[in-house]
Amino acid sequence: MTALLSVRGLKRHYPVRRPGGLFGRPATLKAVDGLDFDIPAGRTLGLVGESGCGKSTTARLVLGLVPPSAGEVRFDGGLVTAKHDAAWRRQRRRMQMVYQDPLGALDRRMPVAEQIGEPIAIHEPGLPAAERAERVAELMAQVGLGASMAQRYPHELSGGQRQRVVIARALALDPALLVCDEPVSALDVSIQAQVLNLLDDLRARTGFAALFISHDLKVVRQMSDRVAVMYLGRIVEEGAPEEVFHAPLHPYTQALVSAIPVPGRRRERIVLEGDPPNPVDVPAGCPFHPRCPVATARCTREVPRLERDAGRAVACHLVTAPAAHAAE
Amino acid sequence: MTTIPDDSGSVFTAKNRAAAFFQSWPPGILLALAWLAMCALLVAFAPHVAPYDYLAMDLRARLTPPVFFGGDWAHPLGTDELGRDVLSRLITSVRISLVIAFLSTLIAATLGVSLGFLAAWFRGRVEQVVLMLIDAQAAMPFMIIALAMLAFLGNSLPLLVILMGFYGWERIARIARGLAIAASEQGYATAVRDLGATPWRIYGRHILPNIASTLIVSMTLNFPEVILLESGLSFLGLGVQPPMTSLGNMVGYGRDYIQSAPWIMLAPAAAIVLTTLSISMIGDWLRDRFDPTLR
Amino acid sequence: MTRYFLSRLARAFVTVVLIVSAAFIVLRLSGDPAITILGPEAPPEAYAAFRAAWGLDQPLWNQYLRYFGAVAQGDLGTSMRDGRAALDVVLERVPDTLRITLPALLLNLAIGIPAGIWAALHRNTLIDRAIMTVSVMGFTVPSFVMGLVLALVFAVRLRWLPSGGSDTALHAVLPILTMGLIGAAVIARFTRSAMLETLGQPYIRTASAKGLLWHQVVIRHALPNAAIPTLTIIGFMVGSLVAGAVVVESIFSWPGVGRLLVTAVANRDLAVVQVILLLIGFTMVAANLLVDMAYGWVDPRLRSGHAAKPA
Repeated sequence: MTALLSVRGLKRHYPVRRPGGLFGRPATLKAVDGLDFDIPAGRTLGLVGESGCGKSTTARLVLGLVPPSAGEVRFDGGLVTAKHDAAWRRQRRRMQMVYQDPLGALDRRMPVAEQIGEPIAIHEPGLPAAERAERVAELMAQVGLGASMAQRYPHELSGGQRQRVVIARALALDPALLVCDEPVSALDVSIQAQVLNLLDDLRARTGFAALFISHDLKVVRQMSDRVAVMYLGRIVEEGAPEEVFHAPLHPYTQALVSAIPVPGRRRERIVLEGDPPNPVDVPAGCPFHPRCPVATARCTREVPRLERDAGRAVACHLVTAPAAHAAE
Repeated sequence: MTTIPDDSGSVFTAKNRAAAFFQSWPPGILLALAWLAMCALLVAFAPHVAPYDYLAMDLRARLTPPVFFGGDWAHPLGTDELGRDVLSRLITSVRISLVIAFLSTLIAATLGVSLGFLAAWFRGRVEQVVLMLIDAQAAMPFMIIALAMLAFLGNSLPLLVILMGFYGWERIARIARGLAIAASEQGYATAVRDLGATPWRIYGRHILPNIASTLIVSMTLNFPEVILLESGLSFLGLGVQPPMTSLGNMVGYGRDYIQSAPWIMLAPAAAIVLTTLSISMIGDWLRDRFDPTLR
Repeated sequence: MTRYFLSRLARAFVTVVLIVSAAFIVLRLSGDPAITILGPEAPPEAYAAFRAAWGLDQPLWNQYLRYFGAVAQGDLGTSMRDGRAALDVVLERVPDTLRITLPALLLNLAIGIPAGIWAALHRNTLIDRAIMTVSVMGFTVPSFVMGLVLALVFAVRLRWLPSGGSDTALHAVLPILTMGLIGAAVIARFTRSAMLETLGQPYIRTASAKGLLWHQVVIRHALPNAAIPTLTIIGFMVGSLVAGAVVVESIFSWPGVGRLLVTAVANRDLAVVQVILLLIGFTMVAANLLVDMAYGWVDPRLRSGHAAKPA
């Protein structure tokens, strides 16, 4: 089976200057440093990690909004480039994005109905306005926006309603892939669940595949068929959500999972030591070793490979057979 | 202390209401708006309002002074050396000067916004070229460029309008570029670009409406300067050519009679000053009200 | 510092090249340069000699380079009116223009800067309002209206001053006054806002909180900082003085470059127009360069080499 989206060896490096004014030494910021993953049609991959680990850059790379430094992204067999040509425009119809900040992503001078209809206007310019309005009305109903909202402006809506507008706009062309970059982190906790349920319902109904990005493990777990944990531009662990959350193998994942409060049960919490990660100064060897509670001498020298084994994958020298470990 | 609200309170509220009204609509602005409204009416209905044809000569009534200065109501602002009615000529001149200034400002705005957007969209080398053009235009006094172009290309009304249209484009371009760059870094423009929208759609339907208020204010500030420029050129005899008339043109011809009939020159001069003053005041007021970010 | 000056110098040079190129393009746009420069009634052999001399039979690129050579040597054609070299016709008018523009510039600064500072220090008082009301006139009263009104009052009614000509020093008074008053209004308004901005800065409040007397604060801290933006407006003033000279010299029959430009445009004496265009262009570049240099000298941030570009 070929995947809908397949990412191989994806890297994105930015040249930067170290502090020190004009004469600072040039350095490389490795925002994304070698990613491999697949998303089959209709499935959801959750990408989780701390801020600054390269999640959002991954989203922009996957959609062809920034060009990769190395590696490739294939969508439905076709190469995704960041060249804004006709092929790129055609791909827009089938891959869309939901943004973190819905107010920022909407034009405050345009009624929301018109914004929801904009992808249709762009990609199906021949469609009569009446039919477009009909489709917009359907979309608004699908995301739970009343018809009375149609002529309102973004600032007249609540945060949750705005995100529904963004989702409706993203779904206007019935895309095969939806990239959601922290879609609920700007919303109130009480609204988050509603929006997540909406996304889940819509996915069940329309069957789009999704790349779901969040720093919040609980959110990713609810939404995803598979989960990948990112640290400093790389995937350190991947697997089915239940396995990753109940039996995390990588020390970093273990620390993340231990930080989730579990009602009614006290659990040992692993507190990470050391500096927060800086993608300009990636440590030699395993990038995680300065903060790893179980690092060995080997970890400081050799970069661990992401070993795949029966649906699990881990990049750690201390874990040799992921599946066997998980079974323990 | 308790106060019983009775009908004496209404006096206060009426007073407060008046104060609040004048707070948001200062009397100077109201006067300026009234003057401009009158000018707009003149522009629209000049031939119907003017008591005489602006070219009609009455050689028996040459150099009649205005009413209250020894003249009569037949010619409220007096007549010129050919017996033409100054008021009628003034009305026609206001019409021509304002139309020229309006068309030219429109050209300058279109040019400025287009080049500013081009620079913002392409960045890199295109932006450098636009910035260089802006600097070059700003380095030379426009009056001199206009005179040179008139010398080299000859004079006609369409050419004059287009030439004036090059006045002030560089300021509008600078503002448009800055605003467009700021806007395209905002989420809404990025989001529309991610949808696969063409630059036409991003700039025309999203960025332009978002920055329109600032652009309109800067156009308002450009307008009176174009009036001054056109009247300066016409005053020198190099702008609007007779038999057509404009405000500067009238001052220029009236200057020969400064000793015997100063009203020929003073009436259009006052019209120029009042009009530019009104538009500048309104421009400043709009800027303070809607766009404190501008300078 | 050196880098800043060098970059300004390079920019000035590029602008000069641009101005000369623009003159070349406009000249070519306006038709056959031979007719343009020599006039339509020159003998045919003159045209032929001109074309050979200017290399009009050569490719355009070559002509362009030759044009630069000609400009560098001051070989800019002859005036259609009297057949003399256009450069000479223009240069002999320059002293007369300087006789009114330089005093006008001094008057601008002498009235405008103190008035602006005074208004800023007495913000929102009657004095401030009065100064600003008068200065609004500088933006809305065109120089020809100002000049004619002054002529009407002082020459026609009061008969104190002559209304036109250049025979005596008294003849220069009205032209200087016209340009001086209008420019002063512009400078006053600009100085006031620069000063107000400076007075609002935290270091001014710190200085006065330190216990310095207010006039010491103003002299030691506010004035030097307000001088920086005011300097830029002086470069702009040179441009508006040049433009103002065109109108004012025409009103008062003053025999300077400005009046020459108006007659040359009216007569389509293109060689003379071209020389004046280049002359004013070079003057503007030189003025802006001087302002930039002064800027670098006044603003210590530029002296140390890095930091903000001047607006």
